[in-house]
Amino acid sequence: MSQKLVERLQQEFSGEIRTVSNPKGDETVVVDREKLVDVLTHLRDSEGCEQLSDVVGVDYPDRDERFEVNYLLRSWKNNHRLIVKVNAAEDEPVPTATGVYRSADWHEREVYDLLGVPFADHPDLRRILCHHEFEGHALRKDYPIEQGQECSRPEHLFNDQDITAAARRATTLVTDLDGALDEVHPSDLLTVNLGPSHPAMHGALRAEVLLDGETILEARTEIGYIHRCFEKESEDHTWAQVMPYTDRLNYCSAMLNNSIYASAVEKLIGVEATPRAQAIRVIVSELSRIIDHLVCICANLVDIGALTNYWYLYNVRESIYEQLEKLCGSRLTTNYARIGGMSHDLYEGFDLEVLAKLDQLDEGISDVMKLVARNGIFLDRTVDVGVISQADALSFGYTGPCLRATGLAYDLRKTNPYWGYENYDFAIPTGTNGDTHDRIMVRMAEMVQSRSIIIQALENLPDGPLNVDDHSVVMPPKEKVYGSIEGVMNQFKLVYEGICVPAGEAYGFGEGANGELGFFCVSDGTGNPYRLKVRPPCFPIFSSYAFLAEGGMIPDAIATLGSLNIIAGELDR
Amino acid sequence: MAVDLESPSNFITTRLRQAVNWGRKYSLWPLPFEVACCAIEFMSTVSSYNDISRFGAELVRFSPRQSDLLIIAGTISYKQAPILKTIYEQMAEPKWVIAMGACASSGGFYNNYSTLQGADRVIPVDVYVAGCPPTPENLMFALTQIQEKVEKEGLVPASDRHTDRAEA
Ligand code: SF4
Repeated sequence: MSQKLVERLQQEFSGEIRTVSNPKGDETVVVDREKLVDVLTHLRDSEGCEQLSDVVGVDYPDRDERFEVNYLLRSWKNNHRLIVKVNAAEDEPVPTATGVYRSADWHEREVYDLLGVPFADHPDLRRILCHHEFEGHALRKDYPIEQGQECSRPEHLFNDQDITAAARRATTLVTDLDGALDEVHPSDLLTVNLGPSHPAMHGALRAEVLLDGETILEARTEIGYIHRCFEKESEDHTWAQVMPYTDRLNYCSAMLNNSIYASAVEKLIGVEATPRAQAIRVIVSELSRIIDHLVCICANLVDIGALTNYWYLYNVRESIYEQLEKLCGSRLTTNYARIGGMSHDLYEGFDLEVLAKLDQLDEGISDVMKLVARNGIFLDRTVDVGVISQADALSFGYTGPCLRATGLAYDLRKTNPYWGYENYDFAIPTGTNGDTHDRIMVRMAEMVQSRSIIIQALENLPDGPLNVDDHSVVMPPKEKVYGSIEGVMNQFKLVYEGICVPAGEAYGFGEGANGELGFFCVSDGTGNPYRLKVRPPCFPIFSSYAFLAEGGMIPDAIATLGSLNIIAGELDR
Repeated sequence: MAVDLESPSNFITTRLRQAVNWGRKYSLWPLPFEVACCAIEFMSTVSSYNDISRFGAELVRFSPRQSDLLIIAGTISYKQAPILKTIYEQMAEPKWVIAMGACASSGGFYNNYSTLQGADRVIPVDVYVAGCPPTPENLMFALTQIQEKVEKEGLVPASDRHTDRAEA
């Protein structure tokens, strides 16, 4: 389908599309920098590409045009995907796409921060992940991974001019409403820091807000407080060694990250997981989705004062943790999937235990629904709070439950089925209003759907091998390692050199607990990734936070934040 | 401690230091500095299944002025470090610090341009907890170790306990 789109694009921009390729099924076109904005605008307006999911910069120091910037576009309506590439030499500006997609703002800042690609006419081109005193660009191939730079103090997000400008805006606002001039003086405004060290800001998120009375006049957000350099670390490790790092992206649903990462690398290698491994991935992923939603909902409810629900929901999670620990030895950081399969099979009796946990889940959900569904305080705190429209949500790059809460039934498990999701019978819950209430309720309903998927998967769990039969990808069996020299060599090479992933690019993705989780993998044929870019679902979502908070009060901002489910590990990577 | 059973009005004699420390030991007010994955295990530790209140430390405070036990749960980046230091300085003496998990103790498996190689590069730490993340049991064990310290050293301010540090 996307092929036709590329043909139409070539006709429209005859001669200006440099090359067209289809590595691993990802349609890719290369365009001139000058034409970029035209091409993107055309794709948005005439081809229905509503969303810019990610912007990925890659550094090739040996090329004349050193940087490659990839724009990952998606049309949910027409189910298209397209990658638009531009090339740029050092210091050559790339035109900004912020006028076309709102999500471009943060994505471009990230490329600027980590690679130093300047974006012409970007409204606010500052660092985003590294601190404001950082010098150099960390993801460039010539930046040494261990070269840390200290930060002496946090950055102020509002200066005096900003406050004066905001006061002027507030004055006109007040004047417009009641006719008489009621001047707001800059000293009437109060700046308050929400976070980064505050429980309601989930540990490492920061928003600085400018208050006029109790109303948030303007908000600015800052991230990067737990930037742990996932992408640089992965260039320093083999493809298989990256697996434990993926655990710590969204640490509330580690198995989902594991499995989707494994699938992305498999896509680049060109192998497909066995039916049994796929079914196990479905089961553990849906379990992860459940525990992720549980944490999100219970923390959200605590934030708005409904503490009892925390005990009800967290105990279910705790008991699922016990089972995960039994399955893979660790509660949180599971490291369970492997490229080409899983680290080991399910244990005997796993299915019965899961079914028992799912009953506990039912009980937890019904207890909580009894407490909140018609609770006046809960409804007051959540209905019509933090509302986002469908169009804004798409433009900001929303995916997952937050997008579905606006009424769009978009789910990658349905639109681009993987691991055999097309064989399961499940619904996509949606909201209507795009507010905090709908986001919570969509998650509640999704847990019920996940429950049903797990039951179906357990009933139809295929027999057969767990791992692919290719020992250039998966470890040889231990008998071979101890019994033959070939086996020893095979193991040795896989451990020391890593899996030799063929040179090329692939974008692998799946429906994470919070939306589209993608891995853009670039290999140069060696054992380490040349570039591995994560598309974390909550990064674009958090970029809209200031927009959602403005005009409301602080308690509303807190309720909204909880329902967006921002996980700092994945946001900052 | 001595109990006088003979006297008609029972009373207990002890040293002030012991009485204060005994009280303090069972009423630590933790401030979780929750930044990453370890924070989720901190949540498990306070949830009803593990129930940290068995040790008298369930009164989680999010204001540094009201707490005496700082639990650093997660990775500290260079960007985060000045904030951690400020929060520590805002806590009143006497105060104790637990570095929860590999990251807070040593940077963990993040040895890179953004990660501080252990929280003790900026503030003094009393107990380090191994694990990535440590289990709730590990954290509770660390808490009992802090209690032992409190009992033994109690009234000594942190700056005197960590004399090997230039700043504290
Ligand atoms: S020690 Fe492990 S679990 Fe804890 S914050 Fe670091 S990476 Fe996460």
